[in-house]
Amino acid sequence: MSGVDHDPLSFGAPVSHHVLENGLEVVIIPDHRSPVATHMVWYRNGSADDPQGQSGIAHFLEHLMFKGTEKHPQGAFSDLVTELGGEENAFTSMDYTAYYQRVAKEHLGRMMELESDRMQGLVLEDAVVLPERDVVLEERRMRTDSDPAAQLGESLAAALFAHHPYGTPIIGWMHEIEGLGREEALAYYRRFYTPDNAILVVAGDVEVEEVLALAQQTYGQIKASGHKPVRKRPQEPVLRGQKRITLADAKVEQPSWQRSYLVPSLRTAEKGVSEAIEVLMQVLAGGQSGYLHRKLVVEQQKAVAVGGWYHATTCDQTRLLVYAVPSEGVSLEAIEKAMEDTLADFAREGLDDKTLTRAKTRLIADAFYAQDSQTAMARMFGSALAIGAQVQEVLDWPAAIDAVTAEQVLAALKWLDHSKSVSGFLLKDEAA
Amino acid sequence: MDQSVKTSAAKTSAAKSHADRIQHVTSASGVEAWLVEDYTVPIITVEGLIEGGASQDPSGKPGVLNLLMGLLDEGAGPYDATAFQERLDDYAIEMSFGADRDHASLHLRSLARHKDEAFAMLGLALNKALLDAPSIERVRAQIMAGLRHESSDPDVMAQRRFFAEAFAGHPYAQSAKGTLQSVPEITRDDLLAMQAHLFTRQHLHLVVVGAIDADDLARMLDDVFGAWPVQAALRPVPTFVDVPRNKQVVIDFDVPQSSIRFGARGLARTDPDFITATVVNHILGGGVFSSRLFREVREKRGLAYSVYSHLAPFAHGPLYVGGTSTKNERVGESLSIIAAEILSLATDGPNDEELNTSKNFLIGSHALRLDTSSKLAGQLVHIKAHALGRDYLDRRNAMIEVITLQDAARVAKRLYGDGQMLSVIVGRPEGL
Repeated sequence: MSGVDHDPLSFGAPVSHHVLENGLEVVIIPDHRSPVATHMVWYRNGSADDPQGQSGIAHFLEHLMFKGTEKHPQGAFSDLVTELGGEENAFTSMDYTAYYQRVAKEHLGRMMELESDRMQGLVLEDAVVLPERDVVLEERRMRTDSDPAAQLGESLAAALFAHHPYGTPIIGWMHEIEGLGREEALAYYRRFYTPDNAILVVAGDVEVEEVLALAQQTYGQIKASGHKPVRKRPQEPVLRGQKRITLADAKVEQPSWQRSYLVPSLRTAEKGVSEAIEVLMQVLAGGQSGYLHRKLVVEQQKAVAVGGWYHATTCDQTRLLVYAVPSEGVSLEAIEKAMEDTLADFAREGLDDKTLTRAKTRLIADAFYAQDSQTAMARMFGSALAIGAQVQEVLDWPAAIDAVTAEQVLAALKWLDHSKSVSGFLLKDEAA
Repeated sequence: MDQSVKTSAAKTSAAKSHADRIQHVTSASGVEAWLVEDYTVPIITVEGLIEGGASQDPSGKPGVLNLLMGLLDEGAGPYDATAFQERLDDYAIEMSFGADRDHASLHLRSLARHKDEAFAMLGLALNKALLDAPSIERVRAQIMAGLRHESSDPDVMAQRRFFAEAFAGHPYAQSAKGTLQSVPEITRDDLLAMQAHLFTRQHLHLVVVGAIDADDLARMLDDVFGAWPVQAALRPVPTFVDVPRNKQVVIDFDVPQSSIRFGARGLARTDPDFITATVVNHILGGGVFSSRLFREVREKRGLAYSVYSHLAPFAHGPLYVGGTSTKNERVGESLSIIAAEILSLATDGPNDEELNTSKNFLIGSHALRLDTSSKLAGQLVHIKAHALGRDYLDRRNAMIEVITLQDAARVAKRLYGDGQMLSVIVGRPEGL
């Protein structure tokens, strides 16, 4: 036997896309290696859709979705998943909220039955809502309020997105979470949890016809809301001027520096621009072969670690970030200067073919490796559709990356505009 | 509970044999590996473990193995650090190394068409790493920055102190990463000595999953590991006798929420009761939405976002360990509830429904732990290292199925004893 290589620019799995009469989109990704199915429902609402003054409600409702329905009271769904040896969880992002179960394939139908039941049938009482709000407050204390780096992160996002709701943390502000209750949660639920606002993704050892029939029997029975939510978020104005935020805390033992820029996302960018930024970030910050690591860590030894990321998959304008952890004896101001100089050097030197090809190879391979995991595949397609992309765009993404030219990558540098950036300085409060 | 559940459990345990899919490959020079040949996705995944781990660090100098493993991909053979990383990216090869108390580990993933380059690079890293002075200083600085950062992370502080107390006087007392005191002391000679000491075939375990056949694999095993000494001379690690029980340590730290670890002696991976202990632990704090701790601490009272327990079967001192984070004002209450649940499980054992639910979960979810190449390889390499047998995956579910209420009660008693335990609290706890 010998291996047959697939076309490196295409996915092996035949991904199919369907729409039920009530507007529910369905994506099916067969993978027959293991008798397992991954079932996900994505709603096109995330923290950026939280009503004014109710930050955190998308995430709070995600927690409350586990509190039961009339047909399946609190605990029944989770107990069933456990009984069946399944895994389940949910997550909330800025643009979407998703719920999933992973089960032996023969239980897929049961999962669809219960998940579709809680799309409309949620029952909430104060007796369960209030302790769950305490859980969320503890979650916030755990993730943010005990960690100066996370606190600085919140301030930086709020400064970069001065007007757009991406500046508000997904979990919400403490004082607003404290004010969320049953009424707010139910109003939010009725507005967003509808078939015409949702995407069903099924991956694993399944047949397309079988999944569609099950979807029809379950989700298909729910009426369309007739008023599909439209996302209209306030867009970011052009704000001139560099912002610099310093957080000094006695608990910081390792100082660090970071800078964020407002950049176009996959959804807002002109054709090819998001892909060019993606390649740029791979060239600059792609692990230990990245330009920044080579210059600042290996050659100049001014930093012990550098990196960056670009969050391409958002509905609106998004964020690109670079960071550095300075070597001992190097100040945050010095590492900031070194980073600016290094970026300027890169712009001057340009980009050779080998470096460009290497960056593209790595990005395309990452998409290819995702095929080893049905969950990774389900997430890739679910998140893309949830921000308004089409299945074909996901399938075409490797080819779009492959088409990026050196000129486009260098042109993308214009988005790293220091004069409009937000910089963060995390350091030890020596006085405390 | 209902009929469909029983059917599913029976069906899963009767699924097709894993043992039949595992080939035992032996190279010409005698290097052994397990191979699961699968061409569905043209990827090859390699997982390797070398027994001994950080417990072989020189006395008083923890962190040697961790630094060595961190340096293997920082230049080898004809390639300096940058050239080595660029070559990995040119061929989209994923390679990483790690160290824990009991093992050194290696992970390799490659597209099938680049397997020759991938194994060649692995061979260079393991046999011809440069370990040059600049790389040593660079990686040392990275580890130090990480240790400094963790030194003020309340959750890591609780974890470190828990192990320091639990294993006082034993090599396990310190983290595999070493300490801010020990890492600066490590010399190149320490690294070379560790490499010569640990890199032998006697305690090497390899599992390969994916698009490669036995002949090709055997050849590559010889190329990479053929020159390794056959016999090892590991220093004997004393077996740890007992963890202090009924001891509570508070580290004062200015955060609104306390991080907590609790636990005591557990059962060895090879103990005949280990699998029953897994079921008992699942009942206490193993399930995501269904354990006793989840229900009592989170769901009913909203005391914490995360609360869990797990078995930590270290080779020379197995533990059970649990953790949670709760606001300072409610630490006393949380710990009393946790202690009461542990004592009740030790005294009365689980009830029938809990036992069945947990058994069904552990049986049914087995397939979910094996549905990607990486997961399958990762599971198999531990099975191989613990000499549980090639047919372990086939036998496992049946072993769970026969566990009775009496077994579970007996093992709960054995595991939790009189309910006394070691606990570590980092924060400003109240109500203790």
